[in-house]
Amino acid sequence: MRRLWERLRQGYRTIAFPKGQSELPPRFRGRPALHPSRCQAGCRGCADACPTAAIKTDPLRLDLGACLFCPACAAACDQGAISFTNDFRLAARTRGDLLLSGREMRLAAALDRKMRRIFGRSLKLRQVSAGGCNACEADLNVTGIVVYDIGRFGIQFVASPRHADGVVVTGPITVNMALALRETLAAVPEPKLVIAAGACAISGGPFAGSSTCGDGIPADIPVDLYLPGCPPHPLTILDGLLRLLGRIE
Amino acid sequence: MDGDARTVLPSAMAPPMRAVRNGEAVARFDVPSVSMDSFRRAVLSACSAKARLAAIAVLPGRTPGRVLLAVLADDKSQLLGLLCTDVPLDNRYPALTPDLPQAQAFEREILEEHGIVPEGHPWPKPLRRHAELEGPCDARVGPDGYPFFRVDGPGIHEVAVGPVHAGIIEPGHFRFQCHGETVLHLEIQLGYQHRDAQALLLHSSPARRLVIAETIAGDTSVGHAMAYAMAMEALTGTAPPPQAEAMRGIALELERLANHVGDLGALCNDVGYLPGASWFGRLRGEFLNLSLEICGSRFGRGLVIPGGVRFDLPVAGREAFLLRLRAAGTDLRHIADVVFQSSAVVSRFEGTGVVTTAMAETLGLVGVAARASGCDRDVRRDHPAGIYRRASIEPAATSSGGVMARAQIRRGEADHSIASVRELVETLPDGARNVALGQARPHALAVTLVEGWRGEIAHMAATDDRGHLAAYKVVDPSFHNWLGLALAMRGGQISDFPLCNKSFNLSYAGHDL
Repeated sequence: MRRLWERLRQGYRTIAFPKGQSELPPRFRGRPALHPSRCQAGCRGCADACPTAAIKTDPLRLDLGACLFCPACAAACDQGAISFTNDFRLAARTRGDLLLSGREMRLAAALDRKMRRIFGRSLKLRQVSAGGCNACEADLNVTGIVVYDIGRFGIQFVASPRHADGVVVTGPITVNMALALRETLAAVPEPKLVIAAGACAISGGPFAGSSTCGDGIPADIPVDLYLPGCPPHPLTILDGLLRLLGRIE
Repeated sequence: MDGDARTVLPSAMAPPMRAVRNGEAVARFDVPSVSMDSFRRAVLSACSAKARLAAIAVLPGRTPGRVLLAVLADDKSQLLGLLCTDVPLDNRYPALTPDLPQAQAFEREILEEHGIVPEGHPWPKPLRRHAELEGPCDARVGPDGYPFFRVDGPGIHEVAVGPVHAGIIEPGHFRFQCHGETVLHLEIQLGYQHRDAQALLLHSSPARRLVIAETIAGDTSVGHAMAYAMAMEALTGTAPPPQAEAMRGIALELERLANHVGDLGALCNDVGYLPGASWFGRLRGEFLNLSLEICGSRFGRGLVIPGGVRFDLPVAGREAFLLRLRAAGTDLRHIADVVFQSSAVVSRFEGTGVVTTAMAETLGLVGVAARASGCDRDVRRDHPAGIYRRASIEPAATSSGGVMARAQIRRGEADHSIASVRELVETLPDGARNVALGQARPHALAVTLVEGWRGEIAHMAATDDRGHLAAYKVVDPSFHNWLGLALAMRGGQISDFPLCNKSFNLSYAGHDL
């Protein structure tokens, strides 16, 4: 009886996304906004403050794939040339699309018709953590809770690569996990998708250049979707996956 | 440098140890350096007098050569004991582990990272470096690179799991030695997550060191960032402003809340009690979102910096913040009442994965796992720093030592953390958020402890003659506790493993560094 009462008290918690508005708090650091025209000549304040060398100056550019969305660059710039919006839409299909220069970012486009026919209504993913600190893993897990309920879009994380249509990779790819990652990928039947979640998987993140890791997913493994962040917010993940499937345009 | 000589010391911290407090810097060469024999005797005698081994580190010595540094924690006197000895020229020394099992992982690390051989170590296996990785010393033994324990005999079988697991979790490899359904022994082989974080912390720019500290273990971003910031503050003699200390306390307790509540949900999931899993799973997000409100990151990233914090909690937003906190607290009570009265939950939690008090003491367990086994230790009370010097912490404690005990500790601590956050927000001081960090002193050494949600986080930093970092050591609570999980499985069934595992919820990345 108490269980039923508690169930009623808990109510319905799933958010309306993608139909309704999903507002994040003002301090949430989403897609950075660049205003190169405000840069002072020769100023490198933001680039020097960046922990992962994600920023180049003259002209101002920012690599979303290496960005940890920490407040260091925005705090270092008193001209407002670089600031964070609270827009969580960050996913891209190519590495090049993650290089921001102040122009409108090209968000992830949908898969082609054939792939959409295969995956559009049922996408099963396997997750492999290869040096992930457990933040990306935690927020991938969160897409399954009642609030985000990724299952309502036909997307599910499965236990075996044999059951999967694709692999979501996190972490900078430690040397000790490189083989396990490749074997997991090989065990997924074709056609398959590879999704890079988080700065580590895209570029090595804070661990780029470490003697015991790679700088993210090796170049010979084609990546179909990049989800930037440290870690990507659950809405960033959902938005990216739904764009890939053509469910959000 | 604080030269305050403490002459009256409890037996655990008796000379020749140098006694310091959490977060206090000392001149490196003021730490007594004694013969290997005296070093071993002092460490063993302190540990038999209820002190714990918080860390063993290898530091560059005054002359060319290296020293071993032992950091002991005496919880009753709120003191840490430091003691050094020169590493012998042949890089071999008699291992502590046979007399002090809690040293086992530290000594394996010393062998692997520094090529210093602890002779007589019963278990000199690689800790993190696998076949593909070269180290300063070839720590690998046996033909297949990693000699797993094996039980032989009729009816014995072995079950191997991982490194890639069935859920969205970090990688590790488990070998169960079973007889029928009964697990005789579980061996946990880690290292898959090894990113060389300690070397990166030593050699990177300050800006990068901070983000590495935050990503040592993602679910403990605030805890490790605090330990790092406190170490930098100690080396430079910087005191963060009162508002910063309070904000750090708020963030650390929110981190504890999110993880404890998430673990309670995951425990429900592992016994098939799905209402509890959904409710706690949703509730965890409320605490993450309070962190997001403060600093723009669900994991508290970007908040803590050496010298203070980057964000405050504006007066105008405090009421709404407290309302959300109160609502979450009410939900927590309601959900926990239902869950802990459910027979499906109680019957699986009770009596599963027991670690006795004696075993917990021997292994040197910390945090939730220690308190669940009757070891009453909590850095917030025993080695208070920052805001905890003024807070009253009464750690939750129980001694039954199983899954139920670890779940109840989490529930009790979550309630306590809600009260702490409320009090900290209501009494939040004004003033500066941070102060500039001064120059680090040359030849200084600092040890900082933080009670993260899993348990004791220890960082040790030392500087060279120019004030640059000469050594940096990180001990995640998981480093102490993984063997506790392995031993909790003895006599249980493989089907108990997910439940046991979740009740410890240890960090792979934090262990592997």
